[in-house]
Order: sequence, then structure tokens, then C-alpha cells
Amino acid sequence: MRACIGECGEDKKHMSTIYILWLRQLKRYFRSRSRIIGSLGQPLLFLVALGFGFGPIYAKAGGGNYINFLAPGIIAMSILFTALFSGIEIIWDRQFGFLKETLVAPVKRIHIMLGRTLGGATVATFQGIIVFLISLVAGFRPTTLAMLPLALVFVFLIAFLFTALGTAIASMLEDMQGFQLIMNFLVMPIFFLSGALFPLMGLSKILSTVVKANPLAYGVDGLRYALDGIHSFPLSTDLLVLSLVTVALMFIGSYLFSKIEA
Amino acid sequence: MDNIIEVKNLTKKYGDFTAVDDISFAVKKGIIFAFLGPNGAGKTTTIRMLTTLLDPTKGQISLAGYDSVKDEDGVRRSFGIVFQDPSLDEELTALENMELHGILYSVPKKTRKKRIEELLNIVELWDRRNEPTKNFSGGMKRRLEIARGLLHHPKILFLDEPTLGLDPQTRNHIWSYIKNLNKKENVTVFFTTHYMDEAEKVANQIDIIDHGKIVASGSSEELKKKTGKDSLEEAFLALTGRSIREEAQGNQANARMHWRMRRR
Repeated sequence: MRACIGECGEDKKHMSTIYILWLRQLKRYFRSRSRIIGSLGQPLLFLVALGFGFGPIYAKAGGGNYINFLAPGIIAMSILFTALFSGIEIIWDRQFGFLKETLVAPVKRIHIMLGRTLGGATVATFQGIIVFLISLVAGFRPTTLAMLPLALVFVFLIAFLFTALGTAIASMLEDMQGFQLIMNFLVMPIFFLSGALFPLMGLSKILSTVVKANPLAYGVDGLRYALDGIHSFPLSTDLLVLSLVTVALMFIGSYLFSKIEA
Repeated sequence: MDNIIEVKNLTKKYGDFTAVDDISFAVKKGIIFAFLGPNGAGKTTTIRMLTTLLDPTKGQISLAGYDSVKDEDGVRRSFGIVFQDPSLDEELTALENMELHGILYSVPKKTRKKRIEELLNIVELWDRRNEPTKNFSGGMKRRLEIARGLLHHPKILFLDEPTLGLDPQTRNHIWSYIKNLNKKENVTVFFTTHYMDEAEKVANQIDIIDHGKIVASGSSEELKKKTGKDSLEEAFLALTGRSIREEAQGNQANARMHWRMRRR
């Protein structure tokens, strides 16, 4: 019993470290209204411009309702952006000094990283839900509501994966100089080559291989399965790939985070 | 036995540049200790090693009886720190910044509430506890950081240039809080500053570091006597020379750059 008292106390301490840093991410998100509103503009523009712009051609080509096809991709996009930026917030915290406050505290680095990553993932999940609601306004109609819980699972997996990626990247960068590089050579390709905007059937071999190497493709696919009932990969593949990549990124991220010298 | 900080043969090298060169010193429990030196002398690097943010290349550090390498957590619980640059979360309120700190240091909830109120009252920020810290002036942020650094009842408080960029009124206030807390809480204060009058007024012991080595140690009176000068500023200049130093900030990247520049 005695050993348990000590260890259980430690567990509680670890949980409260993770909890308070998770809560911090949420507070920061909900307090920056301009950030929320700003980050909704882009998905709305994509939905309206692409959805209504390509809609007629897509329908003529026999694809059906393009908005219905596009909406899961745009939801995934907004999660991708929010999640990556939440991870990358570490760079801001380093510049504004707050990171040091957490790094000298008597807590484990892995718990700091877990709290931050879960916080970022939760924020990105919220963002995904908001964009889902917006897409309903834009005319998106999911085939069945029974699959919404599955959609939520995918929303969270995408959110978690890309927050972990953002954390890993941010742990290697000293300042925001490399930010544009990441945006153009990582985030944009991940989005455009994920099948968020176009169907994966009949792609050239090279493009199809690139898409298959992109973890977001499995997120978009799973989300589309849950919301539209159409998919290119088996459901189990989607879940497995997303989970494994997330776990791998968490390992890499926590290693890199533990190497930060503030 | 009475030394709360003991440093033996501490060395930090970046490539061939030695930022801190085999220094040894001790700080007695309960005193106010000033660690002075020109820019780039190795002050911040030393503090970063004392506070577990940086691993020493060589040497031992004992803080409140804990070894800085073997018992990192013990060391971390024993000190509070106010960094050279601000380290608050500006989106959070003063109270939330304090709460977060209390939880990271696992201060029990009841103690935490009481302690936060007490400390915020001492630094005269209790009335503004629910404001986000981005609305605070530089002096208010500093006061909050000092209160935060003391929340978990540390035995040692590190202050790295705590009064940098503050007006004389605020500086005076901050030192009166620190002196008061040093007495009331029996917390040992370890600080750096470029304002020699501050060190002269408040420090019981002063060590001067230059080019990574400790060049003098003693009370302000002793240092003045040793150099035959009337003020600590004159004594400091006599000990460290009058040439202007290259600016080298405390972080590692800059220290490395500093080292590269020196090689040229």
C-alpha cells in the first residue's frame, strides 16, 4: 500500500501537469477571437469558390455533388492547419520566454510535451467541428448521421497527428525564420496531395504513390467514408496508418523536445 | 555545511570557446549574493548551469544539498528564478500564471490559494489579478515574476538582471520587496546586475566574474578596500578593465556565434 501512495501521488502530479498545459492551450485558443474567425475564412472561401466553381464540371463528369465530396477535405484542411500551428506555437513560447518557465519546473519533459500536444489536438478538433458546421450551411449533406462518432474519431486522429508533427518541427527550429519554408514545402503539399480536392481514382502512378505516402490522405479518406460513405482505402488501413504515424511522431517529437536547451 | 550553493571546478565549453572556465565558489544560506561581470563574462551561462537548463562540460554543482546532474528534480524544486527576459504567458491573467506555476511545482491546492494571495499582495498586484499580463507594464511583469518565483517556497531565488530597463522608482520598490522576502522567508537571493549601486546597497557578498573566471570575491567594503577605490563601480572597473566587451547574450546559439566570432 505504501508504495502505491508514493506512486499514485506521482501519477496525480503527472496528470495535473498534462492537464494544466492542456488547459492553457484551450484558454489561449478561445481568447484569441481574431484567430478563430481568421482561421474560418480560408475553409469558407475554399468551400464556396471551389465547391460552387467546380461543382457543375464535377457533376457533368459524373462525380455527383462536389460540395459533398469536397467538405470532408476542407474539414481535414482546417484541422491540418490548426494542428500544425498549435504545435509550432512552441517557437513563440521560446521567443516570448514562457517555454523556460516550464523547462525549469520539476516535471518531466514528456509530460509537458503531452499536455501541449493534447491541448493543440483538442483545439484543432474544435476547429474541425466548427468547419463541419459551416460546411452544412454551405450546402454539405452527410449521407448518414449515424457515422458522426466515427467522423469525430478521424477528426481527432488528424488533429493529434499533425499537432505532434508541429511539435517535432518546432523543437528543431530556433525562430520563425523557417516558417515560410515549412508552409510552402510541407503544409501545402500535404494538403494539395491528400485527395482533399480530387478523387484518387485514375491518378497517374507517380501522383498516386505520393498521395499514398501522405498521412493526411488516410485522414481525408476516413473522414469521407464516415460522412459520405465513399472511400479509396479500407477503413482499417485508415485507422492503422493514422495511429501508427501519430505514435511514431510522438516518439520523435518527445525525443526532439527533450533535447531543447532553452 | 552552511553553504546553500557550492560550485566546484565548473566549466562550460562551446567548441574551443570556454564560456565558464573552472570556477569554484560558495554562497552562504540566507544571504543576498551578487554575481557581477561585464557582458559575455559567463554570468548567464553559470546561472543556466545552476538551474539545470544547461549541462556543465565539467565540475560539480550542489544546490540546497542536491547534485545538479544526479538529482535534477530536487534542484528544480529548491529554487525559483526570474529570467533576464520575461517568461510569462501574456494571454493568461496574473492569477492564471501563478496557478499554472503552482500546479507545475505541485503546491497543494489550499496552500496554493493562500500563498498566491499573500504574494500578489506583497508585490501589489492582487487587485489586478484577473487582468491578462499583456496589459502589464515592464515593472508589473517583473513583480509578478518575482512573486511567481517564490510561490513554491524555494530556498534560493535566482534573479538575472531583475531591474533591467526599469525606472528608479520601480527598481527601488523591487529591491525593497526582495530584501523583505529575503528576511521574512529566509530565502537566499542570487542576482546579477549591471547597476553597481544596487549590488553595493543590497548584497552581503559579491563575486565578480570576467572571461569565465572569478576575479574577486567579498563584501562591497572588502572589494573597495582591495582595489583602493571609493565606490563599487570604480572597484569593478579596476578589476575588469575599461575596454568594452562584445555583447553575447546568454543563449547557446549566441554563445556559439560569439565563439565563432572570436575565432575569426
